[in-house]
Amino acid sequence: MLENYFRQYGLAAIFLLVAFLVPVGMLAGSWVFSRLGVRPAKPSPVKDAPYECGMEPIGGPWNRFNFRYYAYALLFVIFGVEVVFLYPWAVRFIQMELFALIEMAIFILVLAAAWAYAWRKGDLEWR
Amino acid sequence: MSCRLAADNVLYGNPLFRWVYDLAGSALPCWLAYIIAGLVVMFIVVNGVLAGTAVLTWAERKLLGRFQNRVGPNRWGPFGLLQPMADLVKLLTKENLTPKGADRLVFNLVPILMMMPTLLVVAVVPFAMNTAVADLSIGVLYILAVSSLTILAIFMAGWSSNNRFALFGAARGVAVLVSYEVPVVLSLLGVVMVAGSMSLSGVVEAQAVPFLLVQPIALFVFAAGTSAELNRTPFDVAEGESEIVAGYHIEYSGIKFAIIQASEFGGTITASAVIVTLFLAGWQGPLASYLGWLWFLLKLGLVLFLFVWVRATYPRLRTDQIMAFSWKFLLSISLINLLATSLEIYWLRGAERALTTGDLWIMALMNLAIAAACLLVAGRLSQAKVRRVRPPLPVAASGTAAREAR
Repeated sequence: MLENYFRQYGLAAIFLLVAFLVPVGMLAGSWVFSRLGVRPAKPSPVKDAPYECGMEPIGGPWNRFNFRYYAYALLFVIFGVEVVFLYPWAVRFIQMELFALIEMAIFILVLAAAWAYAWRKGDLEWR
Repeated sequence: MSCRLAADNVLYGNPLFRWVYDLAGSALPCWLAYIIAGLVVMFIVVNGVLAGTAVLTWAERKLLGRFQNRVGPNRWGPFGLLQPMADLVKLLTKENLTPKGADRLVFNLVPILMMMPTLLVVAVVPFAMNTAVADLSIGVLYILAVSSLTILAIFMAGWSSNNRFALFGAARGVAVLVSYEVPVVLSLLGVVMVAGSMSLSGVVEAQAVPFLLVQPIALFVFAAGTSAELNRTPFDVAEGESEIVAGYHIEYSGIKFAIIQASEFGGTITASAVIVTLFLAGWQGPLASYLGWLWFLLKLGLVLFLFVWVRATYPRLRTDQIMAFSWKFLLSISLINLLATSLEIYWLRGAERALTTGDLWIMALMNLAIAAACLLVAGRLSQAKVRRVRPPLPVAASGTAAREAR
């Protein structure tokens, strides 16, 4: 039984390698094509300028950002971690007692309270 | 030396794997035969996804053409079927540009990191009875973990391109991805609870009634969430052509652009494959042990058609609408679904601690009623919001236009 798991994860690890080699192989093929002269490789200052709809870019790309992006990132943290606790519970829930249901209800209620607070404070609006 | 696959091995039921393993095992050491048999299955899976991507680019353009009363691609081959080949040849012969001031290493890593999660997801999807690269016992969690790696690639692309549009697109893309991750994760909990297993073949076997009926809310949330994570049309602010040109992949050309496009279309295929497996009973159907792959492909085609149909129908949403849809509507209904599912299981499971087919039908009726009620209530609430009179804008609103562009 345990050996089976190791064999499965072994194949998954090899698949990781395959999934890495597929795009790398495509890029390598493109490099070979440029060596063979099938595709051109003649950079020039005009071609290498950042694309800005024909304008010369004024200043760098580093504009100021709406702070809402950070608020959503923080909100994600509330629920992002909960998954780790919820999935093992969900798999075996069908065999568990009432205690498990109540316990998880309390856990989710605490998170939902944080979510409701953020909603109430207007953090879910994009202004 | 001769190896036979032991009958207790999880891959014993997979005839292709067993045949290759027994053949290679007659001449080679057993561990090498095992790897070779695995590589044969992987070869089929990877090429299936890439060929499917080529077909999907053609099918999507053809269908969008028909939806918009056009003909679509029709020059190359019958019905324009050779169009993907023409596109590939064109992109292969184009120059690979790297913009001035770009972070070359990160910039060139992006195509690799884009394509890897797309391919990795298929590893656990059973595309016929007992046929998957690896039927991991944590399949659902693996899919969620691997598919969220796309965030990294999108932000790397925006960060390294030294381009304003790319950075805007990346910031929007990350915000959307992070927001839709939460309801997607919560929606799949219901599926895992009813199936009592996280392995994808376990979920398929638990579907005596397709989870399309048993978990309608979860299906809706998952479909909406994945189309947002793939930047497909109702949610494509990250690469909105009319606003920020192409978003995070604006500076990519040639083969790198081809890889990024291919992994987006491939992502649609793998997301549809996951929907088919989790909600439409995967390979199950009449004569499933022989025709499982056919049922899988038919259902896959149906789901892909629905994705294209949605793309052709809905206009792009604004960023605030997308965020409100995720954080207010999808999160609420996925929490309701979680609560309803857990109470129903607790009530229906009986003394033997298992759900029968009859129990699943009762759950399906109740959950469909809850889904209808959720939609009605949400519709009323959003209408109430529209009718409310908007307060006058504050005086210092001069920066609004500039702010909205971000």
